[in-house]
Amino acid sequence: MKQVYMDYAASTPVDSDVIKSMMPYFSKTYGNPSSTHKHGRLALQAVEHARKQVSSCFNVDPETFLFTSGGTEADNLALKGIAFQHLPKDLGKGPHIITSTIEHPAVLQTCKQLEAYGYSIAYLPVDETGLIDLDQLKETITEDTQLISIMYANNEIGTIEPVEKIGNIAHKHNVLFHTDAVQAVGKIPIDLSKLPIDLLSISSHKIYGPKGVGALYHTKDITFDPLFQGGGHEQGKRSGTLNTPGIVGLGKACELSQKRLKKDISQLEQMSDYFIKRLFEIESSTLNGHPTKRLVNNIHFRFKGIEGNALHSLLDEKGISIATGSACSSKKIQASHVLLALGLTPEEAISSIRFTIGRLTTKEEIDYVLPIVKESINHLRSISPLWKSNK
Amino acid sequence: MNQEYTEIVKDHFFHPRNVGRLSTPSGSGTVGNPSCGDVMTIDIIVENNIITEAKFQTYGCAAAIASGSMTTELIKGKTITECKKLSMNDIIKQLGGLPEEKTHCSNLATEALQKAIKNYQKNSLL
Repeated sequence: MKQVYMDYAASTPVDSDVIKSMMPYFSKTYGNPSSTHKHGRLALQAVEHARKQVSSCFNVDPETFLFTSGGTEADNLALKGIAFQHLPKDLGKGPHIITSTIEHPAVLQTCKQLEAYGYSIAYLPVDETGLIDLDQLKETITEDTQLISIMYANNEIGTIEPVEKIGNIAHKHNVLFHTDAVQAVGKIPIDLSKLPIDLLSISSHKIYGPKGVGALYHTKDITFDPLFQGGGHEQGKRSGTLNTPGIVGLGKACELSQKRLKKDISQLEQMSDYFIKRLFEIESSTLNGHPTKRLVNNIHFRFKGIEGNALHSLLDEKGISIATGSACSSKKIQASHVLLALGLTPEEAISSIRFTIGRLTTKEEIDYVLPIVKESINHLRSISPLWKSNK
Repeated sequence: MNQEYTEIVKDHFFHPRNVGRLSTPSGSGTVGNPSCGDVMTIDIIVENNIITEAKFQTYGCAAAIASGSMTTELIKGKTITECKKLSMNDIIKQLGGLPEEKTHCSNLATEALQKAIKNYQKNSLL
């Protein structure tokens, strides 16, 4: 059976050039990059080359990037690293960190933990398209505020936040600005030499690199506490033996992403515009998120009268992989926190699904998927007590 | 699809039996809430204390749809007394099992059935 992958926001296939670049670092150049002998030095050279590839993708100096185990660790390190420099009792009332209600769990759950430790966190709401309100951000900042963490682009609905404006506001108030750019990289040009961003998280496996590796960008003068105590790798900011093959893969993935950026963006834009246009042919279908300020690969829809997990199951049976706007727990279905934050009712959130396309997606695939989606929705609506056609 | 679903569940999900509403039911029962992700309606026709016809509608996941389909299949030709005894576990057993987090879906079907039976009994007193 034909298999169609439309969940690129979850993960991407590793590019063959990336795999090729990684191969020597498993059993040929296997030394520990921290060792001073030749085996070690060769590995270190590879790591530093990768650091250059990553940093030049963002137009900044190599020493501004440190490698992590992925986007989640980069987010944790940014938030806790800044917060832990002061005990909550030594800080004023706060808020100490300002974030949004639609952040990835890597940020949101870290904030919840910091709250449990006594830090004060402000969660900015978003409008019905997923954008934060800049005036509200200004009003929320106090002299106790250490950090603002707002994602570059949302992983579920693809809404792109006004990071430049957020950063300018942060800096005007002497506050640091962190952004989770895990979904933005490769779909939006990001020039960190020009943007008012102090900390930025990236992940390799979202940009056709291997899983288990990511990086945190940090401006040179910034100090933060490490998450791990150990051998003091990465200038003491991130202990743990460097994952040479993974880092090499991330470096190559960044280089390719930079090289292909224009082509990737125009190709994805063309295909998602077409996909969105065709999905609107379905009765009572609504695009979630922002109509224009959205990631070029994100197609997030809700279809009245159907339950997203059922549609997911039907498509899965036909070999089509997508994501839903809810998760099944033991007693009931949990609607996504992002969709609820937009002001969608639980029913609307539960009737939502996400397609995310990528470099390997073809128009043929979209044309293959469309009638199956339509049939599946018709099937579920024919069973649904909540569905009444307007036609 | 979800590998944890049995072939019987898949069959009833892809080809649900007895879908729809009855125009003159002896009893009807609707349970669930769209905001919790599932709603189930079951209509029955009862003649001489035996369920002769049953239809269902479900807004919900694969397990909920399969449970509605299986429940309506099981009750046809059975007496009201027999149907009153039908439990969530009976449906799960007939479906060849359900993943743990989906067991409440079959409960929804039996609850809708019990509500339809009560509705029938109330109607028949009028």
